Amino acid sequence: MNYLEFERPLAEIEGKAEELRALARSNSEMDITKEVEALDRKAEALLKDLYKTLTPWRKCQVARHPDRPHCKDYIEALFTEFTPLAGDRNFADDHAVMGGLARFNDRPVMVIGHEKGHDTKTRIERNFGMARPEGYRKAIRLMDMAHRFGLPVITLIDTPGAYPGKGAEERGQAEAIARSTMKCLEIGVPLVSVIIGEGGSGGAVAFATGNRLAMLEHSVYSVISPEGCASILWKDSDKMREAAEALRLTAQDLLRLGVADQVIEEPLGGAQRDRKATIAAVGRAIESMLSGLVGKKPDALVRDRRQKFLTMGAKGIAA
Amino acid sequence: MNWISNYVRPTINSLFSRREVPENLWTKCGECGTMLFHREMAENLNVCGSCGHHMAITARARFKALFDGGVFVEIKVPDALADPLHFRDQKKYPDRLKAAQKASGEKEAMLVAEGEIGRTPIIAAAQDFSFMAGSMGMHVGNAIIAAAERAVKRKLPLVLFSAAGGARMQEGILSLMQMPRTTIAVQMLKEAGLPYIVVLTHPTTGGVTASYAMLGDVQIAEPNALICFAGPRVIEQTIREKLPEGFQRAEYLLDHGMLDRVTPRGKMRDELITIVRMLTGQSPVITGDLPGPAAPVAPEPEASAPAATPTGKA
Repeated sequence: MNYLEFERPLAEIEGKAEELRALARSNSEMDITKEVEALDRKAEALLKDLYKTLTPWRKCQVARHPDRPHCKDYIEALFTEFTPLAGDRNFADDHAVMGGLARFNDRPVMVIGHEKGHDTKTRIERNFGMARPEGYRKAIRLMDMAHRFGLPVITLIDTPGAYPGKGAEERGQAEAIARSTMKCLEIGVPLVSVIIGEGGSGGAVAFATGNRLAMLEHSVYSVISPEGCASILWKDSDKMREAAEALRLTAQDLLRLGVADQVIEEPLGGAQRDRKATIAAVGRAIESMLSGLVGKKPDALVRDRRQKFLTMGAKGIAA
Repeated sequence: MNWISNYVRPTINSLFSRREVPENLWTKCGECGTMLFHREMAENLNVCGSCGHHMAITARARFKALFDGGVFVEIKVPDALADPLHFRDQKKYPDRLKAAQKASGEKEAMLVAEGEIGRTPIIAAAQDFSFMAGSMGMHVGNAIIAAAERAVKRKLPLVLFSAAGGARMQEGILSLMQMPRTTIAVQMLKEAGLPYIVVLTHPTTGGVTASYAMLGDVQIAEPNALICFAGPRVIEQTIREKLPEGFQRAEYLLDHGMLDRVTPRGKMRDELITIVRMLTGQSPVITGDLPGPAAPVAPEPEASAPAATPTGKA
């Protein structure tokens, strides 16, 4: 279990409870049930208290938690017959973006998402979920295929942003993102998206410009990272708490602004504390979003998407 | 200490300082350091006469130079929600907006107009870098949509001049949502079969590059303009190495296949007229410099001189 900085008091209590349990296992005569129970109760109360009102900056930390289920976990649990499709047919296959054919509740679909990796080796392989132009061009290819074969597209978003690298720029990062966003808007099949962790700027928009957008309770979606915003507007990257607050990047704020259509509740203490329950909840949300769109005519789906974005911004955050 | 140092010298000094040329009459070229007289600079569209460096130009000045006789009609942009997030950093967002409005005399960072270039009617939109770094917020999104809608309604091409540091952070996610919104505007033009020409000017970066500024039928840039998604500083921090000379500049992008052309500001208007007229199936533009009457004495180099004399009527 990885603990976040603000969870440190919780780590202490849970650590103590764990120590006692280990002690009891090695010494069967000791009766410490009461003490352990007391500690567990204390830990739960603290957890509840910590997660009752998470500040936006804490939400960012939870959204980036390394133990949260990632794209790969969702695909493995929610989809069957997943058949990864690779490459942009131009330059390379981007491992930061997963995609392929799969069945979702028996229905064939195209699933695309950012994968961050779960340990040092896979994180490097996945480039921490930061796609290069090839990733967006692969997604464009897959969305186009889905469009031609009438398959709904499901995208799972979890990226700090597009990769800021020399090669990525030379190969047209901006153009790739712009075309991917355009492809999202063009396809005559349902496109539903879930932000499962971080929705980092343009890298997220390129996949999340769909008919419906759901966000996990502690996920974030923002034009810039709080650290980046703080260093530009506050000229001090340590002001990320203030920046996170000002940016209104939480799922709850995005729902109020009409950018997100629904918020998926997470287990107490965040998705990382009960990955299975989180994945199941995301599955239900995808099904409910899809069922409202499947069967609609291609034109109607394109119109629906356009309308959604053209009218966006009519609602602000109430004072 | 006498009356000379106490009285005469200050009087002389004040007389001379009053005669000093106001600073705003001269601008120093950021590239070569040449002092440029403001009137000459304006005539040269803010391009340094000695080194060719392209300095920023306001949307309005650009339009005045672009449209025939400097005549254009401004197209109204629907008002966006002011300060949707109640954003506050070290300053309140509305205060920043007011300061930018006061400094620039413009309402927002993008101007949309209808008019003729070389007798060719077009819709044009230009981003103003001097207004909060030209940043793309809801107004810029609305402006591009209004420009596209107008172009579709009037069946005219759209020429867009981009200049922006990126998305307007003070509008948070709603600024990011201008990426899909402006992309829809580009789609409208595409569906109506209308040309969409983007002129990228210094600098065009971030979410602006990753949406409408990279989706043109023809992509032209001004010389040496910085055009990128992630800025050079961010990249250097990430990869921890020095970037090559000219990286992310217009010429570099041209070499890497990201642009069609790099064209100096002074030649841009003619080039736009040529391209627009071909894409819309119109005859070549008649420049007005009709050759004089078949007078055999007319010397060769004079042929392109301004046709001020009414000899053409003969």
